[in-house]
Amino acid sequence: MSEKRIRTGRYFMMGNVACAEGALAAGCEFVAGYPITPATEIANQLAEKLPQVGGGFFQMEDEISSIAAVIGASWAGKKVMTVTSGPGISLMLENIGFAIGVETPCVIVNVQRGAPTTGMPTIGIQGDMVQAKHGSHGDYEIIALCPSSPQEMFDHTVIAFNYAEKYRTPVFILSDAFVGHMREEVVIPEAEKIETVYRKIPELGTDPLKLKGFLDENVAPMPIFGKGFKAHVTSSCHDEYGKRNLIDISALDKFVRKLSEKILKHKEEITLVERDYEGAEIVLVSYGGVARAAAAAAATAREKGIPVGTLRLITVWPFPGEEIEKMARKAKHVIVLENNLGQVYPYIKAEAAHFSEVSFLPPKLVGEIQDPEDILKKIEEVSK
Amino acid sequence: MSELVHPYHRFIRPTVTHSSFCPGCGDGTIAQSILRAIDGLSMDMDDFVFVSGIGCAAWIPSPLFNADVLHTTHGRPIAFAFGIKMGLPNKKVMVVSGDGDLVAIGGNHLIQNARRNIEMVVICSNNGIYGMTGGQAAPTTPMGVKTTTTPYGTFENFFEDISGLVVAAGASFVARWTTAHPRQLTASIKKAIQKKGFAFIEVISQCPIQFGRKMGVGNAVQMLEDYKNRSISIQEAKKLSKEELKGRIVVGELVDLDKPEMVEEVTRMRKKAMGGAEAAVDTGRG
Repeated sequence: MSEKRIRTGRYFMMGNVACAEGALAAGCEFVAGYPITPATEIANQLAEKLPQVGGGFFQMEDEISSIAAVIGASWAGKKVMTVTSGPGISLMLENIGFAIGVETPCVIVNVQRGAPTTGMPTIGIQGDMVQAKHGSHGDYEIIALCPSSPQEMFDHTVIAFNYAEKYRTPVFILSDAFVGHMREEVVIPEAEKIETVYRKIPELGTDPLKLKGFLDENVAPMPIFGKGFKAHVTSSCHDEYGKRNLIDISALDKFVRKLSEKILKHKEEITLVERDYEGAEIVLVSYGGVARAAAAAAATAREKGIPVGTLRLITVWPFPGEEIEKMARKAKHVIVLENNLGQVYPYIKAEAAHFSEVSFLPPKLVGEIQDPEDILKKIEEVSK
Repeated sequence: MSELVHPYHRFIRPTVTHSSFCPGCGDGTIAQSILRAIDGLSMDMDDFVFVSGIGCAAWIPSPLFNADVLHTTHGRPIAFAFGIKMGLPNKKVMVVSGDGDLVAIGGNHLIQNARRNIEMVVICSNNGIYGMTGGQAAPTTPMGVKTTTTPYGTFENFFEDISGLVVAAGASFVARWTTAHPRQLTASIKKAIQKKGFAFIEVISQCPIQFGRKMGVGNAVQMLEDYKNRSISIQEAKKLSKEELKGRIVVGELVDLDKPEMVEEVTRMRKKAMGGAEAAVDTGRG
């Protein structure tokens, strides 16, 4: 792999730029997108760098065509990504469902911004957490990573590509304007220390009539275009050969279940969390940029002699319910912190409430990450 | 006795046992014209990737054609095809879909990619109605026609010339034929496949079930007769006034231009990005 793809070294770098560097390191070849604050720097960076390695960034007419082009390029055998923010995701949702339905590897970066509709583009809010899981119609599972620093914008982008390729699925990076625009030290490792994965494809020359390219919970090899597989790829209900079936409900049942099982069966190896709650009675559960405030508050509380721990969800989807239960069994009180009005909170509460008290602490002002002082106050309140 | 096999049966996906088209549908003529063109150019189905959207015409390549086929969401096939062409620049990418898919919900992708002049063939089966969902008005349904969503007659102006729209947007090849012109249509598809640029072919096609029967314009044969009677070549049409052309279908090749094509421009841009060096593709996969 060339130096143009992996710029090994230590940098003072913006989160969004680190994301672009991560995509290059992961082997990304094709990116399509539409300009939007606060994600634009990723596109700008890739528009310059991708052509240098024979790839390209393409500015489409809207976000609908951006995700469509990305899916098309993925079926052409390319490693692909699109970058946007909430309004763009809202437009992409139908085709995100398409990517799930025909099992297309792709990375979708959502640098989240404030509020519904146009909102406040430069302010980070974790406002699209449940949209990523449930935004497109029908039952499905998704993978979503939540970086909390520029370094993780790099690291998580590499992981996202590897998950997308390994499980043949769209993978979200749910960043936000704070993490995307944050500047910090970013270390880009040497090429041989960066693990990259490329999808399994069928053996060349396989008889197309015998090729099972879909609906395997262990991930079917992808019959990418241009290799003579004569792949029939339809978003209509289909069987493992790709053959459309619009009359048999048992085919529909299999179609819906297999797509979800493919993710759920591998949930343990997909799930990434950071546990620091040994001996803690109060556990702060958070993800993304908010986790930094949670860690600061927990450290101060411990200095004061209050046994406080933290659990950070790195992958929010598939929802790591087992991790929540494991933590809640040991805790007396769980405090959930999100920079929103409580989106993942109901999911956490559903798993934890049987074992411990669970409460939610919203930011004082929506769009402002919780002040560690306020978190400390809440800790003192519940520890009484 | 040897079995009689249709000469183009070899282009049909072996698992296909029947077509989903209604009796008398024009999509069969379009399907066969495409296959005749491919055969006429001595090309193989593996030279192509077919893309379609939602609607009856989208079911021409999916599942009929024994090739790589992507059957996509409503209105978006050209946008998917963009990514496929960029990923596989040496393959021929052909979009086959209907007027509702390409011109109503997907209109922006049609004109933007005509503007880009990206090399692909787009075949639009224009039946002037939403057939699959049961005969609703389309932007191509003539004014005043009663449909299931316009029981008092359509009250919107309609697209009389979608080929003209694509010409204005910048495509390098545009032709319009009807299903009563299968030979001319096949010849234009051949040209479109060989064209370095965005090649759009509009095919006025009969929907005898949802349009002909309900609108009282008759069955498939009567609709084809009507197309024949109303068609006028582009050369002849130039001699007539706008008034004289009312109700006529202008057929032929509207444009056939040489102009910058996007895939070639991207190759040029990459070379510039690499400081003039020949494009050395680094996929990152060793």
